[in-house]
Amino acid sequence: MTSQKENNMTQRLAGKIAVLSGGASGMGVSHTRRLIREGARVISFDLNEGAGPQLVDELGEDKLLFLRGDVRKAEDWERAVAAGRQRFGTPNVLINNAGISPLHSLEKVSEEDYRRVIDINQIGTFLGMRALVPSLRESGGSIINIASTAALVAFADLFPYVASKWAVRGMTKAAALELAKDGIRVNAVCPGDTDTPMIRAIADTPSGALPPTDDLPFKRWAQPEEVSAAVVFLASDESSYMSGGELVIDGAYTAQ
Amino acid sequence: MDRVKGKIAIVSGAGSGMGLEHVRALVREGARVVGFDIAEGEGPGLVAELGADRFHFLPRRSVTSASDWADVVRECEITYGAPSVLVNNAGIFRSTRLESVSEEDYRTVIDVNQVGPFLGMRAVVPAMRYAGGGSIINICSTSGLVAFEDNFAYVASKWALRGMTKAAALELAADGIRVNAVCPGETETPMLLNSTEPGTSLPPESFPFGRWARPEEIAFAVLFLASDEGSYMSGSEVLVDGAYTAA
Repeated sequence: MTSQKENNMTQRLAGKIAVLSGGASGMGVSHTRRLIREGARVISFDLNEGAGPQLVDELGEDKLLFLRGDVRKAEDWERAVAAGRQRFGTPNVLINNAGISPLHSLEKVSEEDYRRVIDINQIGTFLGMRALVPSLRESGGSIINIASTAALVAFADLFPYVASKWAVRGMTKAAALELAKDGIRVNAVCPGDTDTPMIRAIADTPSGALPPTDDLPFKRWAQPEEVSAAVVFLASDESSYMSGGELVIDGAYTAQ
Repeated sequence: MDRVKGKIAIVSGAGSGMGLEHVRALVREGARVVGFDIAEGEGPGLVAELGADRFHFLPRRSVTSASDWADVVRECEITYGAPSVLVNNAGIFRSTRLESVSEEDYRTVIDVNQVGPFLGMRAVVPAMRYAGGGSIINICSTSGLVAFEDNFAYVASKWALRGMTKAAALELAADGIRVNAVCPGETETPMLLNSTEPGTSLPPESFPFGRWARPEEIAFAVLFLASDEGSYMSGSEVLVDGAYTAA
């Protein structure tokens, strides 16, 4: 009994109910584990089944609800929020994590390919924030948009991705101002290259998108857990005066 | 309660204001801290509160003196061991305008807010390298991101501190030493609460959150950067300003 009590005392996200997009692969898996370890309950959704069902087995149905859903569809967001409310209660954290980063240059990208990146990375984030605001307003909350160092500088051969991430960073600030009076905080996390299937796919294709590891000040990529630690910090009440800002997790890359 | 367990930290300006909260947060989460300040302030009281095995306070040391920094690092090594965390927290505010500020007042602000953190970083690097890496946290300001009227010297010092943070981050990455800035907006500290000079602070209702930050809210960002949770963060700013600079 003592250990249970101590556990509750040290859990930084006790009482938090988080909606997470793109929770079935890459960084989303790491965010899910870390949020739940810190005491949160998580409504995770993803376009693909991925690691979703295994995570439910691992972490328990009382902690994690996994749904299939598309961040580009407002009705999928509404469905996730409704299912989450029914299972756990009113959400007070949103993590807009789903994203894609296909290689495209300005000159060669088709309008269709451009729109696809914007739809997922940018419209998806917008729809997520809009869908969660009524819930978050009930008792205050924290929105965490996973942006990128591509929202601070630019990278070659990632034209639509860079556009979408700069937009996410801008929307973060605009939403922070709009929602401050409701006690809703909105921040962006800007990871550098992180060891996920998404970045490994870029690394496997010749392009100018990925700096060689030797050119990184830390000589290595970030681990997903190093990004999840920032997500936990922003989801917790420890960051109660933080809004409209970026947490840059890039091992000094953009300091250059 | 052990997010910085086993870490040894040095905090400047530890005898008043925000410095007290940085020390409390670090000690609560398992660190041992050597704090110093130009005055005694509330330092001795904080030692009584936290215990001498957790907090060692050195009064009458100035951040503007390289020999005082050497003394603080030496005391730290003797008392607890080599430091792996430095919080450059000491700072002063003077109401100043470009046209009317005296060279002396300008230099005073630059000495404390800018030269002080430079000397601090330089003083701890050998010890941090010896400790196998570390985290340097420079308490900057929203004045390092935008400008405020009647803040000329302060703005200069904080932009310089933000720049030094990035330059030091690049230089020290190979040694496993991370360097980041925390940029608070207006915070309820004696520095702001007790000043009636123009340009010191904006009223709470002029902020998106309708209030100033509390010192504890800044200390949480310091704690995050001091811990290994921030292990891939370097050269960046953690903004704690309640969306002020988003406007």
